Amino acid sequence: MPRLSVLMIRTSLLYLAAGFLAGALMLANRGVPFAEWVYRLRPVHIEFLLLGWTVQLALGMAFWILPRFRSGRERGREELAWGAFALLNAGVLGTAIGGATGAPAIVALLGRSAEGLAALTFALHAWPRVKIFGAG
Amino acid sequence: MPGVTRWLIRAAMLYLVAALALGIAMQAPAAAQHPIMRAVWPAYLHLLVLGWLTQLIFGVAYWMFPRYSAERPRGSEPMGWAAFGLLNSGLVLRAIVEPWHAVGGRGGPLLVLSAVLQLLAGLAFVANTWPRVRER
Repeated sequence: MPRLSVLMIRTSLLYLAAGFLAGALMLANRGVPFAEWVYRLRPVHIEFLLLGWTVQLALGMAFWILPRFRSGRERGREELAWGAFALLNAGVLGTAIGGATGAPAIVALLGRSAEGLAALTFALHAWPRVKIFGAG
Repeated sequence: MPGVTRWLIRAAMLYLVAALALGIAMQAPAAAQHPIMRAVWPAYLHLLVLGWLTQLIFGVAYWMFPRYSAERPRGSEPMGWAAFGLLNSGLVLRAIVEPWHAVGGRGGPLLVLSAVLQLLAGLAFVANTWPRVRER
């Protein structure tokens, strides 16, 4: 497994644990209320699990298993995938923490923009690798 | 395909069917106005994203990720079964108790139990998967 996939998949596992923790706190608080602030974890729960866990796991797997090139760099423009990794995590953290702390709306907007750019840069990386195995 | 994976993937398919059946029931004119149906939305969402999507990922990852060792290719099998048991007991409990609690205000401690079970399921999966995610 390439280093970037290890980083992405392990980061996604951390988001899974943290996202489950946020969800468990909210569910428990609904059952037996113990702290009002727990409901502010909702954006953390959603952002960590949908993008930090699910999307990042898919990107890490794709970087690992999509067909490689016979000549030149075997995984093509890896710098784009590294950029996607950085942008996605900056975006997830910005959106989640911004939402949970009641930061100005610009924080969430910047977070979402970073997530969108991550999708674009990863698509640019992966597009030429979506090909018949052994071709090119 | 290992036993843990077979159970995880089959359970995931059952949740998909159950969630979509619940989705139909939520839209049915005769049932839609019933208070319990209006309270069932969080359960519907979690049957889909946790019962179906996350559980399917758990099953495939347990099966396909790099081997931990020649003797224990999938890490700790008891940990895999624990993740399966905890996830499903927690989720079924939640699906039953959450609408009941929303309508009647009862069953709060059972929601706490459900939260703990689901959190432990996530932690068991992360603990067993983490050492299998590594560079060759």
